[in-house]
Amino acid sequence: MNALVTAAKKEGTLNVIALPPTWANYGTIINTFEKKYGITVNSTLPDGTSQQEVDAVKQENGSPKAPDVLDIGLAVALANTKLFAPYEVSTWSDIPAAQKDPSGLWYEDYGGYMAIGYESKFGTITSLSQLLTPKFKGAVALNGNPTAANAALNGVMLANLAEGGTPSNISKGVAFFHQLKQVGNFNPISATGATIKAGSTPVVFNWDYLNLSSYVGVPGWKVFVPSGVALGGYYAQAINKNAPHPAAARLWEEFLYSQASTGGQNLWLQGGARPVEQQAMTSAGTIDTSAATALPTVSGTPVFLSQSQSSDAATYLATNWANAVG
Amino acid sequence: MAAITSVGETPIAAPAGRPRGMQAGRRRRLNTFRYVVFTLFGAFFLIPLLAMLRFSLEGAKLGTWSLSAWRQIASYQGSGIPPLLSSIEITLELAVITCAVMLVLLVPTMIWVQLRVRWLTRTIEVLCLLPLTIPAIVLVVGLGEIYNRIQRFSLSALMLFWIYVILALPYAYRALAAGLGGIDVKTLSEAARSLGASWFTVIVRVIAPNMRQGILNAVLLTFSLVLGEFTIAYLLLYTNLQVELYSISRNTPNAGVLFSTSFAALLFAFALLMILSYAGRGRRRSRG
Amino acid sequence: MTVAATTKTGVRPSWAGRRPHAPTWVGTVPFLAYVAIFLLWPTGIVVIDALKNPDGAWAFSNVSEFGNPLIRGYFIGSFKLCLLSAAAGSVLGAILAYAVASGDPDGLIRRLYLSVSGVLAQFGGVTLAFAFLVTIGPVGLLFHASWYFDFPWGIGLIYTYFQIPLMVLVFMPAIDGLKVQWREASENLGSSAWQYWRYVGGPLLAPAFLGGALLLFANALSAFATIQAWENQIAYIVPQQISTAMSSEVGLSSVNEASLLALGLVIMVAVVMTIYALLQRRAARWLR
Repeated sequence: MNALVTAAKKEGTLNVIALPPTWANYGTIINTFEKKYGITVNSTLPDGTSQQEVDAVKQENGSPKAPDVLDIGLAVALANTKLFAPYEVSTWSDIPAAQKDPSGLWYEDYGGYMAIGYESKFGTITSLSQLLTPKFKGAVALNGNPTAANAALNGVMLANLAEGGTPSNISKGVAFFHQLKQVGNFNPISATGATIKAGSTPVVFNWDYLNLSSYVGVPGWKVFVPSGVALGGYYAQAINKNAPHPAAARLWEEFLYSQASTGGQNLWLQGGARPVEQQAMTSAGTIDTSAATALPTVSGTPVFLSQSQSSDAATYLATNWANAVG
Repeated sequence: MAAITSVGETPIAAPAGRPRGMQAGRRRRLNTFRYVVFTLFGAFFLIPLLAMLRFSLEGAKLGTWSLSAWRQIASYQGSGIPPLLSSIEITLELAVITCAVMLVLLVPTMIWVQLRVRWLTRTIEVLCLLPLTIPAIVLVVGLGEIYNRIQRFSLSALMLFWIYVILALPYAYRALAAGLGGIDVKTLSEAARSLGASWFTVIVRVIAPNMRQGILNAVLLTFSLVLGEFTIAYLLLYTNLQVELYSISRNTPNAGVLFSTSFAALLFAFALLMILSYAGRGRRRSRG
Repeated sequence: MTVAATTKTGVRPSWAGRRPHAPTWVGTVPFLAYVAIFLLWPTGIVVIDALKNPDGAWAFSNVSEFGNPLIRGYFIGSFKLCLLSAAAGSVLGAILAYAVASGDPDGLIRRLYLSVSGVLAQFGGVTLAFAFLVTIGPVGLLFHASWYFDFPWGIGLIYTYFQIPLMVLVFMPAIDGLKVQWREASENLGSSAWQYWRYVGGPLLAPAFLGGALLLFANALSAFATIQAWENQIAYIVPQQISTAMSSEVGLSSVNEASLLALGLVIMVAVVMTIYALLQRRAARWLR
């Protein structure tokens, strides 16, 4: 580990990509890493998608600007394993077997459950069908295009599951949004932190760790998860096989999976996301208990979309989404 | 093509002063029409700008006022992304470099073609129009390879100038062509050559100064273009002013600095253009 | 050779006759090379990618994808938005241009509106979208209209914000070219204002007007940043779908689809710009 730190400091730089500062506390994570090791972190394309991260790796191959590490959705990770270098962090055994690649090419990092955030002026939402009432005229938005973004696809899936659909068939979810559109409650505006603050997108489907009142900047912002529906999603880490700064990349991974009180896992927890080593850390007592109890509660058995379920959903959306809400 | 000619250049064929010989009634109707139009359009353009201004002056709570968004232009720093000021600097430098390269590339070429290679005029015109035809998002798909090679030499966002010059071609060409069309290039060059000037002198010291208005217009259009460019910088993973503003808008609820920076950029460009319109005028008068 | 023709006084340029001359077009090589590398080559890459499948083999059948109703839908969406913003922008821009041009050529109003147009023609992207959102939104300064978020009305309105200034810049020279003598002549022959416009002014301005409208259409076709910041939950227009095809993280990304869409876009714009070029040549005849 010390050799790794020395080698990384010698490299002096780390290229990261698609890490928005307000996403799962990445802002603090980057700052802490920089201060702790004195390594400059170059963060490009904070708003990028997982596919853009992988494209950047391919496009910039050989350039000193190429991303060193990736934080991507599982679908993209599974499709691009030939770009990654295998690496097992020192806490490898604390990552559940189902959440990592046996050969060490990718490993899940943090996740959350899909939820619906909304302004307190709407009272308290207790069921999904309330969103179809006139009170929500022009108010309900997704966090992006479900044929392009993982979070948005899971948003539609949340509606799907709440309406009685199954993970393999997203049609009920699309039908729900179609209904929303027909009663005039669907809001096509791109939801961002700024639009939420400005009040233009008062109801947004998004991961629970992105719906924290503190991030959203709107006092009284509430979160609703349909009862019995716990749609979860974890992202995954990977190291670029041709990383321009291989030692710094590995040190970054060690930092992210460190269970120290200022290590990556607890920092993610403070950002409202559930770290992958949560179970192990709870048993070992290294977890930040106050942050853990502050996590939004979900009821029901957690559902995680498999690769094939996710691609089936995507295919269905590709042909039907535009017609449903356009 | 007489399309985008100038900002502030008075056309050669224009009548001096107000149109003569109009009856008073028609003049009155025309004036009413003009004032109505100016008011309506002025309102249309001003209102979103005023909304931006208001949001830029907003304090932490709705209804309070604060200049912090304006102060933040110089000090804003999101974690992991470069400070706002550095992206402003880079964009301004990029604009200057792009203007310089554009001029060096276009002015001698256009003059040379006008003088000696007239059969290429149509080709050059079409080539300069092409960037309008090929959307930035399309270009980027093909630019990846080229920029990969460029990145071996320099990682700086300033390397964007290579493609920005191309983007500026349609506008700059129009402005320069208008300027070139207003002077008698052939006579000037023949006179200079007969006095022993080399082609370099002819182009740089004889003809170009007579195209000053056109050159200034081209520079200004290029400048505005670089200040506003987003798509290519974003997709090539560089950070310029617009990309930074976009990141800020998506990741900060307190987007005040977004508005103050945009508003400042608009004001800056506007001030430049107004000054230009007076500068061009002065020169014209002094030439009699 | 003009060189010989100007040496009536017997003074010859110092180096003439001592060196073999390269063909004159060699002077344009730097420009042509630059354009070839940074414009033609990336476009070529895109065109080729459009006709290949993900394995790299040729797949000319990709072109049949244009018949796919989904893909047709994107092009229809683009067409609708561009038609709306070009029509509104050109008519309103022409009116504004006329109002500006019919005043004092040196006056403040003309400078003001031309400078504003120069700045706003490049204004767009996330700041423009947000400015409109805070002006006419649920908590906007003005009213909130439910049609505002319907495609293409709301975004069409936003597009006119930069289409009108572009039209002013492009159309102004044409109006300036209307010689006042023509108006006087027609009045001397007893025509009314309506007859003047119907038989003289209108036909003279028509090519330039249509040319301007086409330029606006092409400008809107390529625009991406503004609508992406405004409403991106579905892909309404081709550039948005190109972006989805390039960066989808749910397994729907396809470089070939992106390139194919890009190819379609390029063809659409090329057709429009060709018509524009032909119209411009006709307009130029009258404005000399």
